[in-house]
Amino acid sequence: MNFETVIGLEVHVELKTDSKIFSPAPNHFGAGPNTNTHVIDLGYPGVLPVLNKRAVEFAMKAAMALNCEINQETKFDRKNYFYPDNPKAYQISQFDKPIGEHGWIEIEVEGKKKRIGITRLHLEEDAGKLNHTDNGYSLVDYNRQGTPLIEIVSEPDIRTPEEAYAYLEKLKSIIQYTGVSDVKMEEGSLRCDANISLRPYGQEEFGTKAELKNLNSFNFVRRGLEHEQKRQAEVLLAGGIIEQETRRFDESTGKTLLMRVKEGSDDYRYFPEPDLTDLSIDDEWMERIRAEIPELPDARQARYVNELGLPAYDAMVLTLTKDMSDFFDATVQAGADAKLASNWLMGEVSAYMNTNQKELSDTGLTPNNLAGMIKLIEEGTISSKIAKKVFKELADNGGDAEKIVKEKGLVQISDEGELLKVVTEVLDNNQQSIDDFKEGKDRAVGFLVGQVMKATKGQANPPLVNKLINQEIRKR
Amino acid sequence: MTLFNHSAKELQQLLHNKEVSAVELTDEAFRRIGKVDGDVKAFLALNEEQAKARAAELDNTPADQRGPLHGLPVGVKDNIVTQGLETTCASRMLGGFDPIYNATAATKLDDAGLITVGKVNMDEFAMGGSTENSYYKKTANPWNLDYVPGGSSGGSAAAVAAGEVPFTLGSDTGGSIRQPAAYCGVVGMKPTYGRVSRYGLVAFASSLDQIGPITRTVEDNAFLLSAISGHDPYDSTSFDIEVPDFASALTGDIKGLKIGIASEYLGEGVGEASRNAVKDAIKVLESLGAEVEEVSLPHTKYALPAYYLLSSSEASSNLARFDGIRYGYRAEGIENLEDLYKQTRSEGFGDEVKTRIMLGTFALSSGFYDAYYKKAQKVRTLVRDDFTNAFEKYDVVIGPTSPTAAFKIGEQIDDPLTMYANDILTIPVNLAGVPAISIPCGFDNGLPLGLQVIGRHFDESTVYRVAHAFEQATDFHKRMPEIREGLER
Amino acid sequence: MAAITKDQVKHVANLARLAITEEEAEHYTEKLASIIEFAEQLNEVDTSGVEPTTHPVPLVNVLREDEPSKGLDRDLMLKNVPEHEDGMVKVPSILG
Repeated sequence: MNFETVIGLEVHVELKTDSKIFSPAPNHFGAGPNTNTHVIDLGYPGVLPVLNKRAVEFAMKAAMALNCEINQETKFDRKNYFYPDNPKAYQISQFDKPIGEHGWIEIEVEGKKKRIGITRLHLEEDAGKLNHTDNGYSLVDYNRQGTPLIEIVSEPDIRTPEEAYAYLEKLKSIIQYTGVSDVKMEEGSLRCDANISLRPYGQEEFGTKAELKNLNSFNFVRRGLEHEQKRQAEVLLAGGIIEQETRRFDESTGKTLLMRVKEGSDDYRYFPEPDLTDLSIDDEWMERIRAEIPELPDARQARYVNELGLPAYDAMVLTLTKDMSDFFDATVQAGADAKLASNWLMGEVSAYMNTNQKELSDTGLTPNNLAGMIKLIEEGTISSKIAKKVFKELADNGGDAEKIVKEKGLVQISDEGELLKVVTEVLDNNQQSIDDFKEGKDRAVGFLVGQVMKATKGQANPPLVNKLINQEIRKR
Repeated sequence: MTLFNHSAKELQQLLHNKEVSAVELTDEAFRRIGKVDGDVKAFLALNEEQAKARAAELDNTPADQRGPLHGLPVGVKDNIVTQGLETTCASRMLGGFDPIYNATAATKLDDAGLITVGKVNMDEFAMGGSTENSYYKKTANPWNLDYVPGGSSGGSAAAVAAGEVPFTLGSDTGGSIRQPAAYCGVVGMKPTYGRVSRYGLVAFASSLDQIGPITRTVEDNAFLLSAISGHDPYDSTSFDIEVPDFASALTGDIKGLKIGIASEYLGEGVGEASRNAVKDAIKVLESLGAEVEEVSLPHTKYALPAYYLLSSSEASSNLARFDGIRYGYRAEGIENLEDLYKQTRSEGFGDEVKTRIMLGTFALSSGFYDAYYKKAQKVRTLVRDDFTNAFEKYDVVIGPTSPTAAFKIGEQIDDPLTMYANDILTIPVNLAGVPAISIPCGFDNGLPLGLQVIGRHFDESTVYRVAHAFEQATDFHKRMPEIREGLER
Repeated sequence: MAAITKDQVKHVANLARLAITEEEAEHYTEKLASIIEFAEQLNEVDTSGVEPTTHPVPLVNVLREDEPSKGLDRDLMLKNVPEHEDGMVKVPSILG
């Protein structure tokens, strides 16, 4: 029997506000334990929440970017449960009126486009962090408590682990473009749980689902789902039944392991939060936020292909991050050829960032100086080889390409007379290579070109050198 | 005898004429507490050292920088968080709790130049109507020490009635300021929901709780409410609306004012003495030129059950934070988390608190939410509409504060429904969020009775005006209980 | 049928993290049943078409600007904490 896999993802994204969602405590990652708290975050007796306006606007922005409808009359609810990282023993969340609903994003897997529905996007507060020790107790750090969080729940539209991966990539990219979150899984600003079930092809109703946790990278999501898909199929084929359970992905073995079996559904006793007022989002507020959303990756890709004539692959790579895409746009704006700019950004620039573990903004590169350098190449002022030197200087120390080329005397030698002198000299000194050439060993030319480049410190115009050597060697 | 049979105005005059200093007034409070509190048992914690230091500071304030309450002592209900002064909510759960922040209302007392002399007793977490639910002590009614002072702000009302302090703050979720004020023969105001910040008031039922003043006279009450009112950026439900000088509303003139007497408040379950006292009060108000007519608040009967479901539901969530982890009581010798939660909470909370937590948990739980919690929320709408309709025609609505005068300590403690029924006339006001005051209007066998005056949202001024006119036309407020000053504790 | 059974009381006590003995379960069943029976009279009220009230005085969009203050001093933060270690709040193990 063949099974169809049904996957739904729940993604939590921390919003990058300056203060917490309900308290004025600072909201940033990496502070010493329990130093970013306020009595409000600690759930002290008598404290009350007051909603951070920017958190609401960030949630609206993310919801709109994910094509959600905004609930203009919305509110907050209490979700009641006891846990040491949840100081009030309730989490302020949104139950029946999430800020966004009925959204979607488009993914592409193996060249096929598919729309994945987003059931809801709601705003809530993050919990503290529980650190387990080996001594039978845990230690709680409340720094994260009260960080604004959006929970994005997908429709069960995902059919393969590959689609899940593509959905997450796309989701991350869109959120990152809106600027409301760092979406860094390694810092916990993006977290993902997955629901997966199997059903025989053609069956309408869903099978029993398992919930996967501890998925700490997109790769682990994919691998966890692959393993779980296989495990459930084996159980079903052996005549077994799937229990509704929570399983954790084990990174070392790539397997999913049972955490707990769900006994009925948890009773969170949601009720409207009496300490907060309702939210009423008028059209004007909504449109103001909508106007702040930058052009999103899909639209940019289309523009790169249709208007700038880039290959689809380039358009995809350039739009992976907003930084890169913004940089590319500005470089083209500054007069660089689009394809050359794309090649440089995807090649040397990315390699440089990788090697030096730097963000674009931490390098000396600017759209203007990169465009300047590209223009010098186009004009033939510098060779691609020299350009690499110029590039390194720009990336390390910034500055202006033309100035660097002049100061360091890196201008390409394209003067035929001047180069002919060097070529003649090289040929004079390498009789062996001439003999080799005559015997049909073509690679001798390569050696000779190399010698010319060496003699000119790499400044010779390579096509011209090639031409001259071929012309001169035949005269010998 | 106590100096605190004087009004704030009189005390301010004494201060002004240097006949008495703030230090002496503070000493007087501690002297009187020392003499009578062994019997009254209103205070849980005293703030003697800090209060005296503060009084000495305040004596140096130039006369032109002094407000009407400058240098006067005040007692604070123990569910209002006071930085550096133990705050227990009269619960074992918060024994020894040393708050690291101040309630906005407590800060406003300081700003007004008031001197907090101590924290007063209450029903545990404000749940109860007799102050018998305090973990620490049972406060007595100063008019008859065998009787309850009412609750939950029993300590607040008794301390004022006994002349230990001239004013206190209480909190009112279903009548917890007005009912003890009535039982103790003092003036208690539950302001409009949103008038006074709840930040730092340990929440019982968030959509119902309000802090308010308990005083000997209406004028004092108006002064104190002006001092603690106002928008607070730390309380989303506090209104950004101008705070009037309430005392300026006390013109004594209520001619032509339209007063509705709630017919349901004189009906079934209301004792004869209360009914008669209110009928006498109507005559007084009419003699002052007010027009009094009967008005119906048809959903009054349903306010009580709706209130118990709503307040307990909110409480079940509000009190979930008391888990022995970050502050307060923690059960000993527990190895795992679930047991720590359960033992801490079982040992830390008293019977009534546990009852209400369970009731609220039940009303919110899956399968019962619509039938209980949501139904009660809808009935709440109808109760509020009753008032809205009444206020289209009447400036204020009046009735008894409580069906009867105070009852004996221990008499009702095992009968929750009888106990709850003491609040049937105060609870609708909290559900509607409107302001209401209780003022002395008579006696039944030597125990005081209260008249309740209810107003429109944010129209405390008219409520005060009516209460003040009535007070000035009668002399109930001039009577004080005779408490023998005993030996120093 | 009783308004609430002893099993329901035990379930509710567990949700509220209250340990109750068998004897207490009986006590609370009786007490809660009488209150819930009393509350049943709300069913006499026709509430069709009536909106539920959460806030007694309506107010919308109370928001604060995103302006951070300094975090709470950690020593102060730990002041009332019964047990702590390395600046963190100590809790017994989840499973035990």
